[in-house]
Amino acid sequence: MNAPVRVARDYESGQEVRWCPGCGDYAILRAVQKTLAELDADPSNTVFVSGIGCAARLPYYLATYGFHTIHGRAPAIATGLKLANPELDVWLVTGDGDGLSIGAGHLMHLLRRNLNCQVLLFNNEAYGLTKGQYSPTSRIGTVTPSSPAGSVGDPVSACRFALGSGARFVARGIDTRIAELQATLSAAHAFSGTAFVEILQNCIVYNDGVFADFTERSVAVERQLHVVHGEPLRFGPDLNRGLILDRDAFALRAVSVGADGVPEEEVLVHDQSNRALATLLATMEGPDLPLAVGVLFAEEGPVFEAEVRDQVEERGQLPLSDLLRRTSTWKVSP
Amino acid sequence: MRFRLRETTLQPPANLTPSTGGVVVRFAGDSGDGIQLSGMRLTMAAALGGKGVSTLPDFPAEIRAPAGTTYGVSAFQLRVGEGEVLTPGDTPDVLVAFNPASLKTNLSDLDRNGLLVVDSGTFTARSLKKAGYDDNPLEADTLNGVRTLAPDISRHTIDAVKEFELGQKGSLRCRNMWAVGLTLWLLDRDTSEAEHWIRNRFGDTPVGNANLAALKAGHAYGETTEVPGLDLLQTRETPHDWAPGEYRTITGAEALAFGLAAAAERTGLDIVFCAYPITPASTLLHQLSAMRRRNVLTFQAEDEIGAACAAIGASYGGALGVTSSSGPGISLKAEALGLAVAVELPLVVVNSQRAGPSTGMPTKTEQADLLQALYGRHGEAPLVVLAPRSPSDCYTTAIEAAGIAVRHMTPVMILSDAFIASTSEPWRLPEPVIPGAEAAEFRTDPEHYEPFARDPDTLARAWVKPGTPGLEHRIGGLEKSAGSGGISYDPDNHQVMNDARIAKVARVACALPPAAADGPEDASLCVVTWGSTFGVAREALAHCRATGTVAAHIHLRHLHPLPANLGDLLASYRKVLVPEVNSGQLVRVLRDRFLVDAESLPKVTGKPFRVDELVGAIESRAKIVS
Repeated sequence: MNAPVRVARDYESGQEVRWCPGCGDYAILRAVQKTLAELDADPSNTVFVSGIGCAARLPYYLATYGFHTIHGRAPAIATGLKLANPELDVWLVTGDGDGLSIGAGHLMHLLRRNLNCQVLLFNNEAYGLTKGQYSPTSRIGTVTPSSPAGSVGDPVSACRFALGSGARFVARGIDTRIAELQATLSAAHAFSGTAFVEILQNCIVYNDGVFADFTERSVAVERQLHVVHGEPLRFGPDLNRGLILDRDAFALRAVSVGADGVPEEEVLVHDQSNRALATLLATMEGPDLPLAVGVLFAEEGPVFEAEVRDQVEERGQLPLSDLLRRTSTWKVSP
Repeated sequence: MRFRLRETTLQPPANLTPSTGGVVVRFAGDSGDGIQLSGMRLTMAAALGGKGVSTLPDFPAEIRAPAGTTYGVSAFQLRVGEGEVLTPGDTPDVLVAFNPASLKTNLSDLDRNGLLVVDSGTFTARSLKKAGYDDNPLEADTLNGVRTLAPDISRHTIDAVKEFELGQKGSLRCRNMWAVGLTLWLLDRDTSEAEHWIRNRFGDTPVGNANLAALKAGHAYGETTEVPGLDLLQTRETPHDWAPGEYRTITGAEALAFGLAAAAERTGLDIVFCAYPITPASTLLHQLSAMRRRNVLTFQAEDEIGAACAAIGASYGGALGVTSSSGPGISLKAEALGLAVAVELPLVVVNSQRAGPSTGMPTKTEQADLLQALYGRHGEAPLVVLAPRSPSDCYTTAIEAAGIAVRHMTPVMILSDAFIASTSEPWRLPEPVIPGAEAAEFRTDPEHYEPFARDPDTLARAWVKPGTPGLEHRIGGLEKSAGSGGISYDPDNHQVMNDARIAKVARVACALPPAAADGPEDASLCVVTWGSTFGVAREALAHCRATGTVAAHIHLRHLHPLPANLGDLLASYRKVLVPEVNSGQLVRVLRDRFLVDAESLPKVTGKPFRVDELVGAIESRAKIVS
């Protein structure tokens, strides 16, 4: 591969960035710009489409084509865009409210159709721009202006939603781990089809530290499992912990590996083509299980816009004048 | 203004010779009886014979309501005459009722001097009860002396198709062709078109041959039977001289589909048509999908909002996005239309209006979405609104809408309706489309590019396809700085941008032909219509003139912006009457815009106006002002 001719700075639009100081979005923006540079993405062929919310401002800060649309509808806009021009490299930017509440109905269909694009879902478990209400991913009991006694109702899991919708690429990243996020974004970009990436993002104003259980430097090693296709699912200091399948409970269990625990060969090996395993990994949460990070599932399949185009291409185009005559006609002579 | 005037060929013809006579036939039966197919055979036979024809399919919202019930009755009415038959007729001269339920629901509509044809074989105790008859109306005197022909069509059909061994049920499915045969004979038409159609549809199969046999048996039955009052069915109009050319019949939905396909050729753009199933708009989705053209993609979206947004995404990508629905779906699209207005992208929105509000009567017609089209969005969000006047006019309307959308970078809404979408008429095939006749222009020059800089004449911004090097830019629903397009909360800029969006749409009027009145110059009364009320108004006025009532007619195709001269034109009449299939919507617009004391003639029954309703209303107003 030739050395990239562009650097991250080339993807800065020059528009003043208006997120709150300390917002996780800055780190994600940086990761996106660095990924684009690494891919040497052609800015004129790259389009960022977003809905509404803090995350949805991202397109304004990138020196590519950008379309900041309406709340929840970016998947539908992107679908029309790709039908019009399948050659474009389309990135979709959404949030937990935008993508999993008002726009969940569109996101589900984007994922099952397998439009060739990347979806970045910034999950901060809160509505930021509207001043901090609980979101569909907020954990039970989240106290906010609209839930002063704590939110009720189970939250939705972004990755499980994606897997359940038939997504063919599902990954998870964390705002503070830029290098790893970059690798995940590159993998998403290389994937042919809809590549869904949930990015855990800290909202410093309304939900600060909501992911601290997993992301604090002091606990990260113990609480994060970085999955790699073909590698054992191990984590912890010196990778002394691993996942095994509890066949009775049909669930994953974290165990010690090695002399004091189970033999290394009993640890599950990550297979990113296994949707059932991906679903189990996506479901993991504390305190007994680590958070799975990285590419949980990737299995290519037919791409929507190509299939649509193929259907109309495979048949010759009748002249319009012939089309009008595909019924009984009669002539009136002068 | 230097932009091109509309080509005259894109406007519907000004002069018509409306037929005021003719024969009206209605077929009515169970929704599974093949009523709509039968109606189309009669339509084609009449059209091929050089007659004018207009049709009115009328089917229940239920797909297969329980057989024999009154709410499962499906009907198809057609009127055959000389010249331009602009309406399917007020009252049937011939009613063909396939069962007791259809007799019960349709008999009261039959003309007093009309002819009733019923299948007496279906008048069993069970089906009579299902239809709610205590006694057999064929035996009792409930028919009030209506001239009746009551052959046992079921028995005749079974006998005629016996040799094809289709069984009782299969044989009875040919009943509609027997009735078509008889009706063709009543109308003095031969069976050749229907034979041809049966051959094409079924080939040389037992079913095909049985249908042919039933058709011929029905026709022969007419020849050998004494039919009372047959002379009343013969039209007394002089034969019409049709303009030379090749003709076919067409429905509004078909014409819209062809018009959009033609627009793709003319603009050189791909069309991406995005819709969600809804009655009565789905027909257009089916028509376009069946075409499978390279430059007309169809996309069945997950919902109405998704359909509108996908269309906007397509336009952003450099295709022409089109979205289609009926009233409730258009409501769902409203937020997206605001986005299209704000980002100033071309978009065509087709509304096949139906009776509302809410689910209302989904298969029935109404013109009650005009105010929604004009005003039904958040913020100041003007867009262009056009309405076709007839099925064939849908072709030119679609082409015109696409042209305006692309030239002026604006959403354009087409207000069709359930009646126009499904009614059919003869159509002279248009001149071949000239590819690129209205070629869309994309900006590729990065020099001094500003996303919201405006063309000095049209005020439209430049259209840039993503993928164009050097023109990378960001757009969105946030208010933009005039010119640069950067996010702006500046109060003065918001005023400037609102004014520009409004002025841009208003300037579309500069390219429109002036409004013109049909009728005598000395008329004091003027009837103003829009959309599908055109035909019935024109026909009513032809009746009025024949009996000496003087009135003019202005029909509006462009509802926003309105033609520039409309105010002056309306001011030249002492009385303005506005019939609409709603509770008075255009009339409010006219009163608001021009301070004209226009009177509303509203109707919201789910049915188009009848000619006699309009004749009565026009005559009474004409008397007052003359």
